[in-house]
Amino acid sequence: MDLHVIGPLATPAERAAVDAVLGPPTSGWAGGRRDSGIDGHAARGGHAARSQRDLLLPVLHAVQARIGWISQPALNYVCRRLTIPPAEAYGVATFYALFSTRPRPPVVAHVCDDIACRLAGAEDVCGDLERSVGPAGEAGVEGQATWLRSPCLGLCERAPAAMFTMAGEAPLSFSAAPVDAVGVTARLGLPAGAGAPGPSDGDVRRSVPQVGQSGLRLLARIGVADPTSLESYREHGGYRALARALELGPERVIAEVTAARLVGRGGAAFPTGRKWAAVATAEGRPKYVVCNADESEPGTFKDRVLLEHDPFAVVESMTIEAFAVGAQQGYLYVRGEYPLAEARVANAIAQARAAGLLGGDILGAGLAFDIELRRGAGAYICGEETALFESIEGRRGEPRNKPPFPVEVGLFGKPTAVNNVETLVNVPLILATDGGGTAYAATGTEGSTGPKLFCLSGHVARPGVYEVEFGATLGELLALGGGVPGGRSVRAILLGGAAGVFVGPEALEMPLTLEATRAAGATLGSGVVMVFDETADMAGTLRRIAQFFRDESCGQCVPCRVGTARQEELLARLASDRPNGSRADELALLRDIGRAMRDASICGLGQTASSAIESALARPELVSA
Amino acid sequence: MTDGLSQDRDPAPDVRVPAADTAPAAQPTSEIVLKPAARPSRIPRPPAEPVRAPVEVTIDGVALVVPQGSTILDACRAEGIDTPTLCYLENLTPVNVCRVCVVEVTGARVLVPACSRRVEPGMEIQTDSERVRHSRRMVLEFLGSSVDLSTAPAARGYIERYAAEPGRYGPPAEPAAPGKRDDREPGHHHAPSGSTAENVFQPVKVDNNLYVRDYSKCILCYKCVEACGEDAQNTFAIAIAGRGFDARVSTEQDVVLPESACVYCGNCIGVCPTGALMFSSEFEMRAAGTWDESVQTVTDTICPYCGVGCTLSLHVQDNEIVKVTSPLDSSITEGHLCVKGRFGFEFVQSRGEPQPDA
Repeated sequence: MDLHVIGPLATPAERAAVDAVLGPPTSGWAGGRRDSGIDGHAARGGHAARSQRDLLLPVLHAVQARIGWISQPALNYVCRRLTIPPAEAYGVATFYALFSTRPRPPVVAHVCDDIACRLAGAEDVCGDLERSVGPAGEAGVEGQATWLRSPCLGLCERAPAAMFTMAGEAPLSFSAAPVDAVGVTARLGLPAGAGAPGPSDGDVRRSVPQVGQSGLRLLARIGVADPTSLESYREHGGYRALARALELGPERVIAEVTAARLVGRGGAAFPTGRKWAAVATAEGRPKYVVCNADESEPGTFKDRVLLEHDPFAVVESMTIEAFAVGAQQGYLYVRGEYPLAEARVANAIAQARAAGLLGGDILGAGLAFDIELRRGAGAYICGEETALFESIEGRRGEPRNKPPFPVEVGLFGKPTAVNNVETLVNVPLILATDGGGTAYAATGTEGSTGPKLFCLSGHVARPGVYEVEFGATLGELLALGGGVPGGRSVRAILLGGAAGVFVGPEALEMPLTLEATRAAGATLGSGVVMVFDETADMAGTLRRIAQFFRDESCGQCVPCRVGTARQEELLARLASDRPNGSRADELALLRDIGRAMRDASICGLGQTASSAIESALARPELVSA
Repeated sequence: MTDGLSQDRDPAPDVRVPAADTAPAAQPTSEIVLKPAARPSRIPRPPAEPVRAPVEVTIDGVALVVPQGSTILDACRAEGIDTPTLCYLENLTPVNVCRVCVVEVTGARVLVPACSRRVEPGMEIQTDSERVRHSRRMVLEFLGSSVDLSTAPAARGYIERYAAEPGRYGPPAEPAAPGKRDDREPGHHHAPSGSTAENVFQPVKVDNNLYVRDYSKCILCYKCVEACGEDAQNTFAIAIAGRGFDARVSTEQDVVLPESACVYCGNCIGVCPTGALMFSSEFEMRAAGTWDESVQTVTDTICPYCGVGCTLSLHVQDNEIVKVTSPLDSSITEGHLCVKGRFGFEFVQSRGEPQPDA
C-alpha cells in the first residue's frame, strides 16, 4: 500500500493527543523530526505499523476528547502514525456517533430522547433546549457548547438523562440523570474541563432498589462493597471463585458452567458452557476472551450498574474464563456513553494488576492473563459480537457473516469467547457455591437456571435493576417495582428492548423465563421490562424505535439499510394519517418489510428491527386507547 | 508427456548488448555477453490442487455431489440454476451485502447468502421457495426505490423477474444538494414525513477527465472499495463512510479524486454493477444520446504499454474506442488493469496531421 497523505499535518494540540496514546513519533515519515541518517534509508510501515491498526479508535478518542472534533490534519497525522489509508480512517471516524469530523464546540450535551426518557419528558427537555441554547448541533453559549439528541444512554431508571463531553487539556465526560433543560444548560455553561462535576454515582438505591436485601446473589455486593477497592471486594467474597477455579482446572470449570446450564444474558441465550468448550478445543492460537459491555439496547442498564458498582467481579470472571478457555489476553469493550463504568473498570483492572491478580503469574499459579479496556464510540451495532471485534480491530462496526463463528474465527481471526457482563458475573456464583453447577442449576426453572437481572423502567413507581430468580412472573416483577404509579393501569409492556416485543396486561401472569416468553412469542432479550401506562404516547414510541434502527443500522446490507428507512417512513405516514392506499395496505407492507429484514439481514439488528413495532401494530389496543 | 509449450520454445538465445558509446576510452570496445541461466527443460507448474472431497447436497429437491469448499452459488451455477447476484464478482472476495442471492437452507433460522456460504454435507437448499422469492423481491424493491438503476440492466431484469414494485414506497424524494449526502452525521437524521421515499439521488461527481462517479446509482455493493483496496489495486483511495442509509463510498473528507490517493486504474469502474462509476467517454456519449451498445464491437488485444501483457477488451463504436475492459477470466489481469491500459487509448484515435518535431 502506498500511503497517500495530503494536506497539512496536525496542530500541536492534536499531535500531543495522538502522541499521548502512541508515544512520540520516531521518524520523519511518521510526522516526527526528520533524521537524515535514518529517513530515506530505512523502510517504514510494514507489518509492525499495520499491526497497530487496533489503536485507531483509542487515538480517535484522544483527539476527539482533546479538541472536540477530528480535523482532516489530525486524521492525516493519525494515518501517518498508524499506516492507515486516510479514506479508511475517515470511513471509521464517520461511522461512530461520538466522533465528529466537522467542527463542533468543545462542550456537548448528549440529551437522551429515547423511549424511556421520552416517557419521562425528554421531548420537553429538548424543546426547552432549542429555545434556550439553540437548535440541536448548532453552537450556542458563545460558541463553546452545543447539545445533541442521543439514543438510549442506559440511565432509564433515572430518566430523563444526559451525558456531557467536555473536550480540553483535561477532558471530562459524565452523565447526569434526572436532568431538565435548566440542569443541562447550567452544565453547558461550565468552562471546559474546569470545575465541572466529576463522575457521580447518583444514588445506588435509585438504580438498585433492592440494595442490602438478603438473598441477592448477582447484586449482593452492590451498595455494600466499595466498588473502588479491591480490598473491599475481597472482604465480600471476591476472588474466592478464581481460587476455586485454579483448584478445579480448566476442564472442570467448563464442566461446572455447563452443568449450571448458564446461558448468555446479552439477548441470544446461547449456552455459555458450550461456547467455552468450543473455544478451549479450537485449534487457533492465541485465543481471546472478550467481555461485551457495549450495552446499548434501549431500556437496558443492568450491565452499567454491574460495571459501576461491582467492577472487580467482571475482572475476576474474565480471568476465570481466560483460565478455562486458555486465553492470555482479554478485551473489555465498554460503550462510550458509560464514563463512570469505564472509570470504575479501569481502576479495577489497575488494582488487580498491581495485586498480581492480572499479569504474568496470577495468584502464583502460573496463570498469565491481562485485560485491555476498550471504549466504544456511539454505535449500537457494536454490541453485535462480530461488529464488536471489528471495532476493537480499528474498523467500522460492520458485523461479519456467520459462519464462521467467533469460537473458531473471532477477534483478530482467532478463537474467541465473547460474553456479556451479566453472563460473566454468574460464573463466580457457580464456582463459589457448594455444589457448583448442579446447585446453581437447581435454582430458577428447568429451562432457565439461576438468577436474572431485569431492567425495570417507564411508568413504574420504583424503576431500577431487579434481581429475581428465573420463574418470577412479570406481575411479580412489577409489584417489586411498586406497580404503575398514580392508580393508572398498564397498557403495554416492552420486553427485551427496541429489538424485543410489546405485550399487553394479559402477560402479567407470564413467568419471566426463556421458555415461557418463547412460548408466548415474546422474548426476554437483554432483560428490558419497560412499562407504558394508558397515558403513554405509543405511536410516538414506535416512531422513536423506528428512528433508532434507521440511525443505528450499519448500512452494510440492503434489507436493513433500506428496510429501516422504509419502516420509519411508513410509521410517519400512519402517524400523519396519510397512508399510501389504505391503512391495511400499510400494515401489510410493514409486515413485508419486517419479514425481509428478519430473513435476509446479515445480523441480529436487521433481523429484529421490526419486531417490537410489528408486535404493537398487530394489536391495536396496545397502540391506542 | 511432454508439455507442448516447452517443445515450441526455442532455446534461449544469447543476449548481446553493445557497450555504450560513453564507455571509458581506456577500455577496449567489445561485446558484453549476458547469458541467462539455462532454462529448465519443462516449465514449472503449480502444485496440483488437492482433490476436494465430494459433498452431497440437495438443491430444489435434486440430489447433487459438489466439491468440498464450493459455495452454494457455485453449486447452483453448476446445476444451471440462475441465481441473481449484485455484489458478487468472481474476482473479488464475497462481501454478501446485497442479499439478493439468499437461499433457504433447511434448519437455518434465517436465509443464507449463496455467494459466500459453503456447502455442508446433507445441506438441503431451496432457491425458489416463497420465502426466498419474498426476500429477493423486497431487496430489489428497496434498491429500486432508493437507487437510480437506469444503467443497471441486470438489476432491472431481476426486478421484473421477481415482480418487485419499487413504486409502492411513494414518489422519490428530491435529490440531495451537492455534497449534502456526504455531510450527514452518523446517528442523526431528519425525521421523514413519509410522503416521499428517501433515496441516494445527488448530482454526479465529475472531478477528473477519466471517469465520473454518479452515486445516485450506487447500491453500496462494496465492489469498488474492494477493487481499490485489498482485492486488486492496494490503493485504498475510497472506503465506505457514514452509517446506515447515509453510508456512502467516499474519499477521505469527500475530497475530489485528484486530491485523493486515486491512481486512476479504473478497476472500480470495471467491477461496478450499476454504472455508477463510468468512463467519461461513456458518460458524455450517454449525455449526448450517442451511446449505443448494440453497434459496439469488443475486440480483445494485448496492452501495448509494458511487458506484463494484459488482455485488453476494446469497446469500439463508430471506429472509436469508447471504453476498455479486461476479461474476468484472464489469467493475467483477472479483469483488473492499470491507468495506462484502462485509459491510455486516446492516441489511437488521434487523427489530426502529425505534428512536426519542434
